[in-house]
Amino acid sequence: MTAISDRTAATTKSTAGVSTDKPAAKPRPGALAASGRPTVRPPAAAHLSDEQVAELGRELDAIKDEILAKRGASDAAYIRRVIKIQRGLEIAGRATLLVSRNKAAWVTGTSLLSLAKILENMEIGHNILHGQWDWMRDPDIHSTTWEWDFVTPARSWQHTHNDLHHRWTNVVGKDNDVGYNLLRMDEDQPWTPRNLGNPLYNAILAPIFEWGIAVYDLELVEYQEGKKSKEAMVRDLKALGVKALKQFTKDYAATPAVAMLTGSGKQALMGTLTANAVRNVWAHAVIFCGHFPEGTDTFTEEMVEGETRGDWYVRQMIGSANISGSKFMHIMTGNLSHQIEHHLFPDLPSNRYGEVAPKVQEICQRYGLPYTTGPLLKQVGSSWAKVFKLALPGKKA
Amino acid sequence: MIRLRKLARAASVLTTPLAPEDILALFDPVFSARQLRGVVTKVVPETPDSATIHFRPGRGWKAHKAGQWARIGVELDGVRHWRSYSLSAPAGEDPAITVSDMGAVSGVLVRNTRPGDVLFLAPPQGDFVLPEHPRPLLMLTAGSGITPVMSMVRTLVPHRPDADVVLIHSARRPEDSIFREELSELADQFPNFRVTHWFTGERGRMDFGSAAGLDSLCPDWRRRAAYACGPEGFLDDAEALWAAEAAAHPKDSRSARAEGATGPFAADPVNLIIERFNTSLLAGEGHDGGLVTFEASDREVEADGDTPLLDVGEDAGVLMPSGCRMGICHSCLLPLRAGQVRDLRTGEVHGDPGQLIQTCVSAAAGPVNLDI
Repeated sequence: MTAISDRTAATTKSTAGVSTDKPAAKPRPGALAASGRPTVRPPAAAHLSDEQVAELGRELDAIKDEILAKRGASDAAYIRRVIKIQRGLEIAGRATLLVSRNKAAWVTGTSLLSLAKILENMEIGHNILHGQWDWMRDPDIHSTTWEWDFVTPARSWQHTHNDLHHRWTNVVGKDNDVGYNLLRMDEDQPWTPRNLGNPLYNAILAPIFEWGIAVYDLELVEYQEGKKSKEAMVRDLKALGVKALKQFTKDYAATPAVAMLTGSGKQALMGTLTANAVRNVWAHAVIFCGHFPEGTDTFTEEMVEGETRGDWYVRQMIGSANISGSKFMHIMTGNLSHQIEHHLFPDLPSNRYGEVAPKVQEICQRYGLPYTTGPLLKQVGSSWAKVFKLALPGKKA
Repeated sequence: MIRLRKLARAASVLTTPLAPEDILALFDPVFSARQLRGVVTKVVPETPDSATIHFRPGRGWKAHKAGQWARIGVELDGVRHWRSYSLSAPAGEDPAITVSDMGAVSGVLVRNTRPGDVLFLAPPQGDFVLPEHPRPLLMLTAGSGITPVMSMVRTLVPHRPDADVVLIHSARRPEDSIFREELSELADQFPNFRVTHWFTGERGRMDFGSAAGLDSLCPDWRRRAAYACGPEGFLDDAEALWAAEAAAHPKDSRSARAEGATGPFAADPVNLIIERFNTSLLAGEGHDGGLVTFEASDREVEADGDTPLLDVGEDAGVLMPSGCRMGICHSCLLPLRAGQVRDLRTGEVHGDPGQLIQTCVSAAAGPVNLDI
């Protein structure tokens, strides 16, 4: 199976599709095709007929509808409880760091603040910014008003993440999350000698992950290629400057300054630095487990041409990987341990993913599709293995 | 106040990206950086179907004038709904709303509100307020229409010896009549306040068909500044009567205006001030699309029922926020000002004023106003 023969098939197929299937009404731009099939169906789903894929789509729609019908006061209470706990941890952690000349206080304060930051970014920030809680119509917990404890401004991240990454999940050339323009994470990305540094870049990226994402969200490549206007670039740079200054001041100036009153200034600075690094390493690990472990697929642009709702679902499932573990682990990953379910239903409240997961897994089993999951360490190891492997030249087997 | 603000700005260095209010809210739910809130202090049942809810508003609330109303946000099964309720407390006192159970939201308010609950608020507004200068007044109310008038009566009658107020209140039965006892007590205590209760269960609907009915209840009604509040039909009847009177006695009204020592009020239709409960501007509902108004951009477009509002706006040159265009990224949310939309994915028709709409998957279901 070579790329060239695929593309030839693609052209004939799509021409036929345009002449016969085009509906009378103007289709929504970006809308998925009502029927038919993508030019090329991904290999892991190649055994499925159009009708099977359509049926799979209906089954997943039904799962979503079931949750939507149940969603209500208990979900609202859940997110408010998590927010309350997180703010309590944040205050306690920061307050303890103010007296962190005491070693026990330093360990406690740093741990609490790390925990608070992880919760804030993962279970709260990421999910609110996805619009998972917009249905509550609460301006205090809403995707359009939320700002998070992370360097990149929420609005910039929503564009590259919610729009580009979630729409084009793992489509090489469209979803830049495949390597973040920094790492070679797919065989289809051409190898250059600088990719030899893959493991080194990734090791450096992990503890400063929030800064890496901030730069990534500026879309420098798009700007260089002329796809992003200068005005947009200036606007984004300004927004990042303001946000980064505030974040930097809070953790590395204001908190240590107040701590100096007890002679704990230096220790408090070490505490906030550590807490941010811990959060960064954790977020980096969890996010790398989402799409890079062994068993997740990447896709070509032909595979999304003419994609139906069912095919879109298939791509989300076979392009994502879960992490198995305890309830506490799920919350600490922001339920991104249910990456597959999150990619199927990015705007369902995160507390519902666990309930959906067995049904999705059952569907995958029945349709003969891979459902990739494993414990955290195994998945982290697997994504690092890919980082190392793709440092060296090599094509898809 | 100014020092407080400075303190808050200093504190925000440590709380960013949260506001200091977000932290204070852990200790007192009335604090919020984005949403005016109130904490319920007392709930007083009035009739089997109504209750008065007293609340302590947070910073940003402004004191109400007697007769004004406020938008109140309540959560039903986790979803916030907004409705407007008249304030029944007298001007100058802590606010209270009196709510009659007439639907899902008011039902929850009447039955499930407890002291300590949080209400979401918008500052009081409305022009249904007392005249600036003292005048003889006639209040015509029916059912829960008594609520804003009660605020006026409570504000005026005990504090102004020169007040001259006639209240004619219509309710189905005595036990359904909100504030009945308090009104009787006030009438006993203050001779310049007269109350007539009209129970439709016994006497049928009040007849505004001719002046005769009102003449018997309040002979000098033509000389009074009148305030009416009640159901749609009740108000239409009152309006028709005032208009008919003005048409029949044009001279009288002019002379009354000339005699009237004060203010813009005179015995003609402008003399009747009306408060309608039903404030929905557009109740579009259908499958044929409708006129889409982009309010801030000042553009109007006819749209069919199958084109996403995002496309409609873009085609009209409105700067619409957009993202994935398939309903997953929520980049395109816009506040609905009025009307209803159809979710192109489910066919569900929905829409409350203020609700954020995913324009990329929503089409007009009747006339729609968007806040952009």
